[in-house]
Amino acid sequence: MDMALAPETLARWQFGITTVYHFLFVPLTISLAALTAGLQTAWVRSEKEKYLRATKFWGKLFLINIAMGVVTGIVQEFQFGMNWSAYSRFVGDIFGAPLAFEALIAFFFESTFIGLWIFGWDKLPKKIHLACIWMVSIGTILSAYFILAANSWMQHPVGYRINKEKGRAELTDFWQVLTQNTTLTQVFHTLSAAFLTGGAFMVGIASYHLLRKKHIPVMKSSLRLGLVTVVIAGLLTAVSGDLLGKVMFKQQPMKMAAAEALWDGESPAPFSIFAYGDVSKGHNSVELSVPGVLSFLANDDFSSYVPGINDTNRAEQQKYGPGDYRPIIPVTFWGFRWMIGFGMASFTIGLAGLWLTRKKFLLPAHLRGGEDEVPHLVLLRKKPLGPRLTTWYWRIAVLTLGFPLIANSWGWIFTEMGRQPWVVYGVLRTRDAVSPGVSQGEVLTSMTVFTLLYAILAVIEVKLLVKYVKAGPPELSESDLHPPTRIGGDSTDADKPMAFSY
Amino acid sequence: MQLHDVWFVLIAVLWIGYFFLEGFDFGVGILTKLLARNRPERRVLINTIGPVWDGNEVWLLTAGGATFAAFPEWYATLFSGFYLPLLVILVCLIVRGVAFEYRAKRPEESWQRNWETAIFWTSLIPAFLWGVAFANIVRGVKIDRNFEYVGGVGDLLNPFALLGGLVTLTLFTFHGTVFTALKTVGDIRERARRLARWVGLLTAVLVLLFLVWAQIDQGDGKSLIALIVAVAALVVALVANQAGREGWAFALSGVTVVAAVAMLFLTLFPNVMPSTLDADWSLTVSNASSSPYTLKIMTWCAGIATPLVLLYQGWTYWVFRKRIGTQHIADAAGVTH
Repeated sequence: MDMALAPETLARWQFGITTVYHFLFVPLTISLAALTAGLQTAWVRSEKEKYLRATKFWGKLFLINIAMGVVTGIVQEFQFGMNWSAYSRFVGDIFGAPLAFEALIAFFFESTFIGLWIFGWDKLPKKIHLACIWMVSIGTILSAYFILAANSWMQHPVGYRINKEKGRAELTDFWQVLTQNTTLTQVFHTLSAAFLTGGAFMVGIASYHLLRKKHIPVMKSSLRLGLVTVVIAGLLTAVSGDLLGKVMFKQQPMKMAAAEALWDGESPAPFSIFAYGDVSKGHNSVELSVPGVLSFLANDDFSSYVPGINDTNRAEQQKYGPGDYRPIIPVTFWGFRWMIGFGMASFTIGLAGLWLTRKKFLLPAHLRGGEDEVPHLVLLRKKPLGPRLTTWYWRIAVLTLGFPLIANSWGWIFTEMGRQPWVVYGVLRTRDAVSPGVSQGEVLTSMTVFTLLYAILAVIEVKLLVKYVKAGPPELSESDLHPPTRIGGDSTDADKPMAFSY
Repeated sequence: MQLHDVWFVLIAVLWIGYFFLEGFDFGVGILTKLLARNRPERRVLINTIGPVWDGNEVWLLTAGGATFAAFPEWYATLFSGFYLPLLVILVCLIVRGVAFEYRAKRPEESWQRNWETAIFWTSLIPAFLWGVAFANIVRGVKIDRNFEYVGGVGDLLNPFALLGGLVTLTLFTFHGTVFTALKTVGDIRERARRLARWVGLLTAVLVLLFLVWAQIDQGDGKSLIALIVAVAALVVALVANQAGREGWAFALSGVTVVAAVAMLFLTLFPNVMPSTLDADWSLTVSNASSSPYTLKIMTWCAGIATPLVLLYQGWTYWVFRKRIGTQHIADAAGVTH
């Protein structure tokens, strides 16, 4: 059968499309839940109205986003069985458990408390209502943890044995699956990147309004929260990325050699900034690189040996038998660079913003703006940016909201494509994982249906987001400012309209 | 009782929980066309399930995830075998979720009308297809020696399965109708009670036919008891509805859902997916299940988490216990903030 339309290829495309799409919403959901919860906490503690308005504004965008995250997540729960039944049979004993834990512990938490939060403004006392959004936030983080534990097992299988008689892998140590360093570093990296995403989203949208001098008090606080989040999360993303890289150099040398297009092992090994290789010949024809840096990324020193693609391929052939154990090199090479490039661009813009909009540090009194003023962008002491540069900063800051989304997508494409030809590294090949009973026509149908549906929903979602972004934070009503004191709502007026209804 | 038997029961509990909860919210979705006469009434209906539908749906995800973990072979055969019907269900659930969340987010008439149409169809289609799927599971399908489904889509649309689909469709509609009578005030509540009478009678006939068919095919003493409970509860639910005892009517229609699904699982045991080609190729609780170690861990997790879930989901229903009517829907035409 033609490889391009083989069920395996189609199933991989489908998994790639549905999962990358799903993961556009996931990091935003994780971070916006926590950031919205933070803003609501600020409202409950300080009773400043701008925080409640900010809560409602970001909460609305969060809800538009989580709706998509939830519904696209349904597909994830079932497509292992649909397209990857051989995989499911072989690893279900291990892989199923974290998925079930995720559903039982995290999904129930998230979806139940999100309902309480959405409809609870006039049904729950202030603090209980606040607790609901924190519960949602905890749910999203737990969910990330369990699913990443499952994915980490695919990257680096531990705590299992092969049962020859049943022809499958079986769990022997669940604790190891939950706590191996692959899991912990992946969780660390993914969560930091999620907060970078949410922070940049806030920075981008706040900058949009500040550029137009609208909704200043709310957007100023939001900008600040966004910038601080971007900077802290950006730093943590870099640190955790370095840790994860070192783990991967040990556990999947092929992935990291491919990430660098390092064909032959070198000591010290250079970090390549640009490379164009010829896969069939096994070397790069054009290359621009910084000496020693790859050795540092792999082993914390500038001179050590890093094995290349060709070495690793030979080693794997000896270990697993004849075959080609190389992933698609350009995808891993450029995926790795786009991940880092877009992520760090966002971090840099955030860092610049945090410095430029500082409130007091090295800032003379006349440049400290009031509550209702757009912050001055001050480069050096006493030297504000000119109007043109100021406008440009705000514009770039608006763009930054998309950067982490691109970085996240490439990060996953890199890590999953970089593991090929394995679906479970060293244990099960991707081509042996597909459903043998599912026809080409069936996979093609479902792939087409999901792709079209997701494309339509993307248009609807983005339009809706734009509409609510432009609308700005809502005005507050009397009932917003006077939440009920009893669970179920105060019963003064039985016919009072609900604070929120679908 | 071995651990894989415990897990058979737990999987049954998860599906029962799913059909009990999403059953009425599918029903409410269907009523948006069947009962509601205008937009404010449709919104009343949608808002009776607004805070809870998402939590209800998680019962399905959990049933899926738990089947994967406890019975990987069952998970693999079922979802790769029932590929296209499952695809249709997934598409419906995706659109349905978005429809609930986005419907009120724009004021345009066409926008709201389209999402309302979507809510109706995406509630009706899965309500039917789940019955088709379960009837096929119970009856058995063409499974080969490698546990692969080798039949076509056409094989899944046999008379028994189609009757099963009609049963879940009508039963969920009835369940949603008595739920509506319990959760609303005003004219719509009265009309829901009147409608429940007719839907309930139709449901009773179909449920009786289907369950008796299943009982004759492969029932035993235990499944007969479940059958009797299911049918009796439905009859009493109708009486309670007639008498205006809405709480009882809803509880009893719930008992019907529980007993009917339980009966199907009773006729299934110890198989989980029988093969019609050769009895030796059937998936059973023992040949489809995970290792005892995995089942033990899962048992601990489910044992602790499930009661907590019931507790906080139950609390949600209590928080939103008030009935709603058209007067509770703010700015019935415009965008809600």
